[in-house]
Amino acid sequence: MGIDLRMPLGALFGVLGLLLTLYGAATRGQAGTEPTGVPINLIWGVVLFAFGLWMLWLARRARKASKM
Amino acid sequence: MTTLHWIDYAIMGLYFAFVLGIGAMLRRYVHTSEDFFLSGRSIPAWVTGLAFISANLGAQEVIGMGASGAKYGIATSHFYWVGAIPAMVFVGLFMMPFYYGSRARSVPEYLKLRFDEKTRGVNAVSFAVMTVFSSGISLYAMGKLLNLLLGWSFDASILVAGGIVLGYIFLGGLTSAIYNEVLQFFLIVFGFAPLVFLGLRDVGGWAGLSARLAGVATDNGFAAGAYTRSWAFMGSASANPVGVEWFGLVMGLGFVLSFGYWCTDFLVVQRAMAANSMTAARRTPLIAALPKMLFPFLVILPGMLALVVSSTAVRSTSVAAPAPAPAAAPAAAVASAAATATVAPSDPGAERREGIVPPKLDPRTGEPLRDARGRVVLDYDLATPMMLVHFFPAGLLGLGLTALLASFMSGMAGNVTAFNTVWTYDLYQSYIRKGAPDSHYLAMGRFATVFGVAVSIAAAYVAASFNNIMDFLQLVFAFVNAPLFATFALGMFWPRATGHGAFTGLVSGILAAAVHHGISLPAGAHVGVKGGYLGVMTTYPSELAQTFWTAIAAWVTCFVVTIVVSLLTRPRPAEQLHGLVYGLTPKPTDDVKRWYERPGPLALIVLTLTVALNLIFF
Repeated sequence: MGIDLRMPLGALFGVLGLLLTLYGAATRGQAGTEPTGVPINLIWGVVLFAFGLWMLWLARRARKASKM
Repeated sequence: MTTLHWIDYAIMGLYFAFVLGIGAMLRRYVHTSEDFFLSGRSIPAWVTGLAFISANLGAQEVIGMGASGAKYGIATSHFYWVGAIPAMVFVGLFMMPFYYGSRARSVPEYLKLRFDEKTRGVNAVSFAVMTVFSSGISLYAMGKLLNLLLGWSFDASILVAGGIVLGYIFLGGLTSAIYNEVLQFFLIVFGFAPLVFLGLRDVGGWAGLSARLAGVATDNGFAAGAYTRSWAFMGSASANPVGVEWFGLVMGLGFVLSFGYWCTDFLVVQRAMAANSMTAARRTPLIAALPKMLFPFLVILPGMLALVVSSTAVRSTSVAAPAPAPAAAPAAAVASAAATATVAPSDPGAERREGIVPPKLDPRTGEPLRDARGRVVLDYDLATPMMLVHFFPAGLLGLGLTALLASFMSGMAGNVTAFNTVWTYDLYQSYIRKGAPDSHYLAMGRFATVFGVAVSIAAAYVAASFNNIMDFLQLVFAFVNAPLFATFALGMFWPRATGHGAFTGLVSGILAAAVHHGISLPAGAHVGVKGGYLGVMTTYPSELAQTFWTAIAAWVTCFVVTIVVSLLTRPRPAEQLHGLVYGLTPKPTDDVKRWYERPGPLALIVLTLTVALNLIFF
């Protein structure tokens, strides 16, 4: 139906991941940002970003396949 | 009270922009009422599958299952591995051919095609009432939570969340709801996974969690493994924290309630009806079952962890706390954690102190509530939210709260889309205005969306008084949904069942539920909303046990009455039942290539994994 859902999904998680990664990197080592001793913002930001890219890649591949 | 940083608001804002944006983008694809209510039956199976569980993954689930995890331990997984997966497999394999194949536009409409107008009517009305009510409970829970946790205004939280859900459904109809449900599904998974990771890391993994919960179990008078083994203590109701024995559990939850919900509730079935082919419709609940069986780790574990993580600041750099928080941990810590200034910091140190679950407060006095034995009652519904603010730093906290909001919205949107369809097709088109042009019903659908959200908001202000949202919803389902599966099972698999039989059976079943609830009472409860209003003739060890047995009574009554009345009334000729009843419908053929994509093998994979999970945590 019109829109491949993986596009908005990829876009949302791509941006969310980027935001979290940058914030995590910028606040690295500051008090209160790593309550459990794990740089969780940084790690999880990268995970979200990778997921977003994967979704976008899947959507692109599907669009190419349907054009052929 | 937790304060948020700009990054948290940025993440939330981004999410709101996306859900509304999806609605706006989909608006131009909505031309007919079928587009609005059934997505033009054009959605691929993986999308409908994820929407299928996401619509069910509302506040009741995320908050309620976390609460039950803190209350009952890993036995809460029965709501999944017993109370969901088998029914999801059944609806996909055996019932979807009739729902999808009959081209009915809703579950009540199937009843109309199979039985008669009055059977449809009773189902449509009760369903419509139930959906707006559930949606209201969900809103209420959200407003209360955001107020407690972040100090946000209750009214503003409800209006904004309701307004956003209204916005995207109004624009894009069911497709918009389904697309956003998939978005919400991934947000919930990504928002809660780090919580489980950090929580388990803090207590020393599953082994550490088990060791600490053993202490909680013995404190509460159970065997050491009662919170970490799902079946071992189900032999008698008094040996496990759930307060239910295995037969009531398997029959009441696993059979009657579970099949009544997953196989007949239009909220979930609607997602499968939107699928783009018969095979896709049948695969929808099966695809949904794969992540569903792993959800206990995502939503129950945070509740269990909340019971034992050390309440002293994890926010310092230390990671592993060597022992459970001592019983004499200062009550002031609880008070600040509970995010309210009203808790009296003078609680005696001998109180039951478990992890970070705050005490439940009396709304009038602000004092912690106490049970019959004088012990403080914990507010289990705050278990998961407390975990979020406890473990997540700014940034991730925004993501976690967004996930929480997403769960509220997906549950509410599921209810609203099911409501507007049943209202428009089954009530308005059937009883109020027949034969209008399609554009009229499309407009009515949009109007019903506004109306449904407005009533939900009103219902939110009515909802209250139960310790655990899940128990309450199970009770509502028990009255209305429990007899339903008997009606559908007989309708789909017994050609002799008649409309009069179905109607009488359904009404008797609902009455039986009310009567049974009226003559029974859970141990320690007061006569009233918890039961016993017709005179207490029997008591159950717990509220859940009472709910399960109420469901069993309703189901058996409906089953027997339907059969008896059907045999006394005139059957419909077989040629009118083609496509509606097993044996009079051609077997569906599969349009997928790979073997594991076919519904049969997929179902086998799902069931095998479920059995394995049950055995692992036996």
